[in-house]
Amino acid sequence: MVQYVFYFLTVLALFSACMVVLSRNPIHSVLYLIVTFFCLSGHYLLLNAQFLAVVNIIVYAGAIMVLFLFVIMFLNLRQDVEPPRSLLWRMAALVAGGLLGLVMVAALKQVSMQSPSKEGFDSQVGLVENLGQVLFRDFLVPFELASVLFLVAMVGAVMLGKRDPGEPTI
Amino acid sequence: MDPLLVKALIIIAIFGITLLIATYSTWAERKVAAFIQDRNGPNRAGWGGLLQPIADAGKMFFKEDFIPASANKWLFIFGPSLAMLTALMASAVIPFGDTILVGGQEIQVQAIEVNIGILYVFGVVSLGVYGIMIGGWASNNKFSLLGAVRAASQNISYELAMGLSIIAILLMSGSLSIRAIVEGQHGGNWNILYQPLGFIIFLTCAFAECNRTPFDLPECETELIGGYHTEYSSMKLGFYLFAEYINMFASSAVTACLFLGGFNYPFMDDVRNGLISSLGDVTGHNVATAIGTLVFFAKILFGIFFFMWVRWTLPRFRYDQLMSLGWKALIPLAILNVVLTAAGVLLEMRWLPWLAVIVIVAVAIVQAAMAPKKQLRTQRV
Repeated sequence: MVQYVFYFLTVLALFSACMVVLSRNPIHSVLYLIVTFFCLSGHYLLLNAQFLAVVNIIVYAGAIMVLFLFVIMFLNLRQDVEPPRSLLWRMAALVAGGLLGLVMVAALKQVSMQSPSKEGFDSQVGLVENLGQVLFRDFLVPFELASVLFLVAMVGAVMLGKRDPGEPTI
Repeated sequence: MDPLLVKALIIIAIFGITLLIATYSTWAERKVAAFIQDRNGPNRAGWGGLLQPIADAGKMFFKEDFIPASANKWLFIFGPSLAMLTALMASAVIPFGDTILVGGQEIQVQAIEVNIGILYVFGVVSLGVYGIMIGGWASNNKFSLLGAVRAASQNISYELAMGLSIIAILLMSGSLSIRAIVEGQHGGNWNILYQPLGFIIFLTCAFAECNRTPFDLPECETELIGGYHTEYSSMKLGFYLFAEYINMFASSAVTACLFLGGFNYPFMDDVRNGLISSLGDVTGHNVATAIGTLVFFAKILFGIFFFMWVRWTLPRFRYDQLMSLGWKALIPLAILNVVLTAAGVLLEMRWLPWLAVIVIVAVAIVQAAMAPKKQLRTQRV
């Protein structure tokens, strides 16, 4: 049963991830990306990591993608379809994609396909209580540093969004 | 009876009751509006107009289902479906009552008990805006698009303050499970007594998230015709309007759980002990649970009434007022509330958040006293 859910989610995630790239209409791309995030959340649920699953939905599907959609709706008032790119663009894309593929193949060559042993595995490890214990005991300094990084990013966003005294508001 | 069957019955009952309450909320809305405006309200279909929602639904289904020629057809249909889906998902984790004893087993009166319940509700709420955004965009109408964009920015802005006000509750209860939060407020020990500021912030944000007046900017008729549902007709429009009432029910239920004690009421232990001694262990326990559920529904219905009361009392905000209220007033206040609550937990003084309320009221009084007196201008005829 769990296996079938896993395969269903995997196929759906791969399909919608491909459609993100292949869709002509940017709005459709964003909607497929949201479907991809839901599939990933489903995978987290299968791994018994409910907190991660819900946070993934709240942060990515609920906030970031809403803002993406927001911006793209404004950009996309006139033309639905992107104009075809020039030859130079296509060549550059081919080279970049090829290099990325090369790196991924090189990285995957080293991966062993061994599954981790079931002994000593705690199925409760993904629950929010355990996650909090790990974050605030073992990884406290990296966690706090990440929050400082967020703070800096927020200050930067406020600086960018700030208007000069003469400019009109909303 | 099989416990699984009881659970299935509970889920179906919750689903049915959600829809029933949402249906009759439309009737209650018109009756409350009529009462506030000194009118009669619907009184033709059935006694006191009680069959009015059914007549409305029948009318909605038989109207022409129109899809604009240049609309994006699939997304146009998908929008209201998504609005309805996300609205119905929220009540899955709400504990509607304590446990019932069936065949020696305790079964919780709740669809699913997850240890991240409140985050689940929060996630579903944050998805609610997609129905409006997708529908508004797919209509291919500038007014609809503006409504959709307004809905998006409004929801994002008020989610922040809502999350921060929930954090104060989590600090006090130490759990993300809604059932644990409710059980922490046993008897009359409700969170609103310790979190006055958090309650006000949460309630304001709940209004904004439900797109209810005074925050119904996405469908502001005076500026945007009908906002995101300008192009919708028939039951698709009905779904959008109905989803709003389901959202009202869900947010009243969540507010009741977080701040108003859920199924707890004062002297509930005395009532339970009395019932058990007079009716026996099993029946007494079940009747006590039923009373708790009734109390919970009374709180929910009062919440829905409050939504309506505010709608027919307050005028709509202007858009820049809405944004500055969210970002410049509610978020700083919510952060202050979190800091005070954390200090209160640390110092074991749970009443500490009241300090914020006292300071705010004092500042407001001083400001009002210091402000220069307004010149009364006599009107010339």
